[in-house]
Amino acid sequence: MSDVNTNATRRVIPDRLGTPVSRIFSSWEVLLFGVAVLIFIANSLASPYFLDAWNLSDATFNFTEKAMIAFAMALLIIAGEIDLSVAAIIALASTAMGAAAQAGVDTPGLVAIGIGVGLACGAFNGTLVSVLKLPSIVVTIGTMSLFRGISYLVLGDKAYGSYPESFAYFGQGYLFWVFSFEFGLFLLCAAIFAVLLHATNFGRQVYVIGNNDFAARFSGVPVERVKFILFLLTGLMSGIAAVCLTSRLGSTRPSIAQGWELEVVTMVVLGGVSILGGAGTIAGVVIAAFVMGLVTFGLGLLNVPGIVMSIFVGLLLIVTIALPILARRIKQASKS
Amino acid sequence: MTKLLKSRELLLSGIIALMIAGFATRAEGFAEPGNLVNIFNDTSILIILALAQMTVILTKSIDLSVAANLAFTGMAVAMTNAAFPDLPLVLLILMALGIGAALGAINGFLVWILQIPPIVVTLGTLTIYRGMAFVLSGGGWVNAHQMTPTFLNVPRTVFLGLPILSWVAIAVVLGMGFLLTRTPFGRSAYASGGNPTAAVYAGIDIGRTRFFAFVLSGAMAGLCSYLWVSRYAVAYVDIAAGFELDSVAACVIGGISIAGGIGSVAGAVLGSLFLGVIKNALPVIGISPFAQMAISGVVIILAVVFNARAEAKKGRIILRDRAATEVTA
Repeated sequence: MSDVNTNATRRVIPDRLGTPVSRIFSSWEVLLFGVAVLIFIANSLASPYFLDAWNLSDATFNFTEKAMIAFAMALLIIAGEIDLSVAAIIALASTAMGAAAQAGVDTPGLVAIGIGVGLACGAFNGTLVSVLKLPSIVVTIGTMSLFRGISYLVLGDKAYGSYPESFAYFGQGYLFWVFSFEFGLFLLCAAIFAVLLHATNFGRQVYVIGNNDFAARFSGVPVERVKFILFLLTGLMSGIAAVCLTSRLGSTRPSIAQGWELEVVTMVVLGGVSILGGAGTIAGVVIAAFVMGLVTFGLGLLNVPGIVMSIFVGLLLIVTIALPILARRIKQASKS
Repeated sequence: MTKLLKSRELLLSGIIALMIAGFATRAEGFAEPGNLVNIFNDTSILIILALAQMTVILTKSIDLSVAANLAFTGMAVAMTNAAFPDLPLVLLILMALGIGAALGAINGFLVWILQIPPIVVTLGTLTIYRGMAFVLSGGGWVNAHQMTPTFLNVPRTVFLGLPILSWVAIAVVLGMGFLLTRTPFGRSAYASGGNPTAAVYAGIDIGRTRFFAFVLSGAMAGLCSYLWVSRYAVAYVDIAAGFELDSVAACVIGGISIAGGIGSVAGAVLGSLFLGVIKNALPVIGISPFAQMAISGVVIILAVVFNARAEAKKGRIILRDRAATEVTA
């Protein structure tokens, strides 16, 4: 949206970065980690039920599915685009799986359908943005309406619920002791996306596009192709999240995952990814996922209703973006 | 350029007329004046919100919190009416405008002073405002029997063949037309979206323009909150859920560029009417009302594609296009 920020001062790139120690302690990830620890302590003081291995394991379900999408969304936002249709993709993928399950398709087929629908939706978004060169924010507002609209068209006010027993593993199964399959998948995705973003050519291209789309073109970066792949990845992760969520809930309604796009974007931004593109890390998103999971779970233990929690999520989003801006202002004011 | 804009609005009017004619062949009486008045009345709230959204979009921002603002303000007004039935309606409407403007000012303040991207701000306040509506009401409803008859009846009162609700929309359309094309604020709004750098050199305070656009958008949402609550005779937390997207969709369909600086009042009104006609036609021609969301989605996407073509024709980014093809070649 506001890619042209005329009032902002030009970003200065210093000759030398600060000392390693001061850099580490002023980095967003470390600050956020501190916040996570504080929330953890506050939670364990506020509720006697918090420090329990099974309860904590349950708490991870609050964020694992959203975080999987957030990894892909982080890359997309770093590249200067956004996908607001992720929750709608979940709804459509889940509806497709529900319809297939009713027709007698077994677990492997259902997973393939869920992921396939996710990929198809991602490809659709990607085509509109990178081939037709349309602004991603409006395109995905449109596809958000379209994808969820198809779910409503198919399901109306009904629900699908006849999933095979073995399908329940993805959302309800445990690898060992309290470690759920979803949590394992979350860690695996985190590792894969961290490598993809921080240790491959593709990752560097994502940063370059986000920082200067124009220069990237002149440097031979296949901008449109990279963007297309990013939308495809976001669709894929939404499909995987749809499999997990559907399996966990055991039913599909067209309103499934309503409002998740907001929480996913919040998670990404809270993780220190610049909404203007060009900066951010996967580690930050991982910590942000824990922070949001801990906050919502802690509030849940204190019997705070979900909609009130959303106030906290909204505040968290605005405050975490406002604070660094204020801090920078104060720093500049004290310098001059 | 005026030619292009004119033709665009003519085209949209033509499409709407064709749609009405088409639906009339399937359902008798669809094109009758009485029904058309109904459709307009039904679309009035969307028209007002779309015009507010348009002002924000013109300045290269977006306001996703309008529907949440409407829900909170509507709840506040309805509860006040239920608690103090003796309060005159004018005071309640002023209160709605005031609360709405205040919530809009919060958005505007964050965008102006802290320079947080508008989409992030309003995504955040969207959840906050709706959450506040829940906190305010405790999840309860305000039903028709708790509201005073004046509160409920004024927007329905027919005056010169049209309900007051429609007259309010017409007044807002005229007012916005004047504001955007005949006042310094309107020109600043177009300038700060069309070319922010040039606007700054021309002495326009972009931040302040955006701030006032958000305040206006909030005030309009406040006005709509009263209209909505009295029209549907109920207030609860989830009223107008997802309506922010309808307002954006109406703008996009009406040819308002999401990149800012381009668009007309007539476009936004026609975009709203387009959605309104579809919404009213679906049940009449026997299509499931659940299809409406999917249809809106398709229409938004088509409109974006169409807009992009119209803008590309003007050749504003010739250099970049050529550079891009040279690079890929």
